[in-house]
Amino acid sequence: MATTAPAPAPVAPAVPRRARRSGTAQDRRTELVLALVAATVLALCAGMLVFVFVKAWPSFEANGLSWFGDGNVDQQIGDIFKSPADPADYVYTIGALPLIVGTFLTTAAAVVLGLVFSLFTAIFIVEFAPAWLNRILEPVVRLLAAVPSVVYGLIGILVLVPFVAENLISTERKESVAFVVQLTGASWSVAAVILAVMIVPIMIAIIVDALRAVPKSWTEGAAALGVNRWRVMWTISVRTARPAIIAAVILATARALGEAIMLAMVAGSVGFIPNPFDGLTFFFEPVRPLAAAVVENAEGLSVIPFGQTIYAFAFILLVSSMVLSLGGWLAKRPMRKYGIQS
Amino acid sequence: MADAPALPPTARTKPVESSRNWPLMDRLMLACCWVAGVSACVIAFAIVAYMAYRGLEFLRPALFIERPNADLDQSKSGGFLDPLLGTLILTVMGTALAIPVAVATAVWVTEYGRPFWLARAVESGVEIIAGTPSIVLAIFGLIVFQEQLLGFLSFEAEGGSVFGRSFFTAAAMMSLIALPLIVGSTREGLQSIPGHVREASYALGKTKAATIRRVLLPSLRAPIATGTALGMGRIAGDTAIVVILLGGTLQLQGYGDVPGLDVLRGTGSTLTSYVYLNSPAGEGSAPEKAYAAAVVLLAIAIALNFLVDWIVRRDPTKAVTAAARR
Repeated sequence: MATTAPAPAPVAPAVPRRARRSGTAQDRRTELVLALVAATVLALCAGMLVFVFVKAWPSFEANGLSWFGDGNVDQQIGDIFKSPADPADYVYTIGALPLIVGTFLTTAAAVVLGLVFSLFTAIFIVEFAPAWLNRILEPVVRLLAAVPSVVYGLIGILVLVPFVAENLISTERKESVAFVVQLTGASWSVAAVILAVMIVPIMIAIIVDALRAVPKSWTEGAAALGVNRWRVMWTISVRTARPAIIAAVILATARALGEAIMLAMVAGSVGFIPNPFDGLTFFFEPVRPLAAAVVENAEGLSVIPFGQTIYAFAFILLVSSMVLSLGGWLAKRPMRKYGIQS
Repeated sequence: MADAPALPPTARTKPVESSRNWPLMDRLMLACCWVAGVSACVIAFAIVAYMAYRGLEFLRPALFIERPNADLDQSKSGGFLDPLLGTLILTVMGTALAIPVAVATAVWVTEYGRPFWLARAVESGVEIIAGTPSIVLAIFGLIVFQEQLLGFLSFEAEGGSVFGRSFFTAAAMMSLIALPLIVGSTREGLQSIPGHVREASYALGKTKAATIRRVLLPSLRAPIATGTALGMGRIAGDTAIVVILLGGTLQLQGYGDVPGLDVLRGTGSTLTSYVYLNSPAGEGSAPEKAYAAAVVLLAIAIALNFLVDWIVRRDPTKAVTAAARR
């Protein structure tokens, strides 16, 4: 700025052609700098994908498709950590299916629970809640979003897990599966419930925005035809807001997928595939989601093959969250025609 | 019709619409709505009340000024001065790094956005960063900052390999958490400034750059502050990046000779990692300390939440309400 003095003279007498090129050299320079900064954001995304992939490649390469197969993950991770120092003897064998199933199970359960809960809450906020309750609900939703995940994890591990272990799991149930897995109360269902509470705020915010943006004339038209308030909400507003609800689900899935600390504390941290045929016991079986596996093994990343395996976990998470983010972005686009920018 | 006193919109349906005549299914659904709404309140209050009850039980003023050290005996393991400082340093550094980049990005996308495809790509890039789990950001940071070239940001271990873990590297990744929030609220603020404000500025002969700097940016103070406060809350509450990128030492461990800079190049902990390490999931199982630190953490998060509220309420344009709700 100091080198070329900005001409204070307006460009008014300029030829139209110059005016179209929008002004002074300083002006163009500003645009260029801003564009470069904005482009670094893009470069970061690309860099993230490339860097993590390059670092993770040896693990994928060594395992091929069996990387996604079943395996005794905890044992395998231990073996990789203890692999010899000679690069030729690095151990890479891993079948990450239990981790993937763990991630999928907690995420899916949390999203289903969260969707039901947040859809009802959003309808309540928009239509049925008395004004005084709405004044409480709005900060409450924001508070739920603001609570750090480690606090959720702490409550989970010090309150819910002991409660489940003492009151819901009988000794017989523990003994019935003792030779396969230990039931300590830390389980995927407890994790999913807490995870649902954690992702509910983002879903409520998106759905409430969308429901509020439904044109008044549509709902009033329905009400004038004698449809009751619930039916108006359900058949007009919720249906109009469907793209936003899908977007909310996708974005909440991305959030749930990447939650690491809370899951590391509550989900049990055992690389185990819960068996739905176990009946009720199924709900008390532990899992070890990908993100939790990354955070729990943060200490050993300097061991090269071990680090590469963990980077591979991170890469899977990165790709799925990228796909989900773009999906959410696309899913929200139909709402633009109602003028919603959420 | 015209001279009738205007009824408040809520009063309009109330006397007419009683759910008593609804079909059973609809009434059931209405009940579900009430249950969901009320239980959201109950859950939130239960969390706060329980944390306050357990935390304040173990919270002593001395904890704030004692340095932590690893000791099995809980009376000797000290307080959380260092984690508190760590949270403070990381929050300030993270947002300080994020604000310029975020504001520049938001201004470019809304005010210029000239190659259309690039603007859309940047928008979705911000969206992608917002959706990337912090644990992945942490891994990415570790990979990048272990490059020899960036060794000056952390320090080299004995073997000559770069450690890659320091306040610098953690703050750099933390800034990515805050970035989308600041971009979002700034963009929202920019979009709420009516076009005639810009046109008035152009008519007075200001260039576009001058308009942005002198006219638009000053009126963006509230949106930027909102985004920053939200970002601070997110940074203060993040654990994954701290666990992976801050080295996991309980005390602030400086590295190098330059005072001040040595701390930033060194390792440390924050309240979040302190809670994690002191929970049964971490190594030093000390629930009392974990509760005490967690209630402080929760208080910080709630305070930042109120800060957002306060900014939004003071903002005359009310432009940022939508951004703040997220």
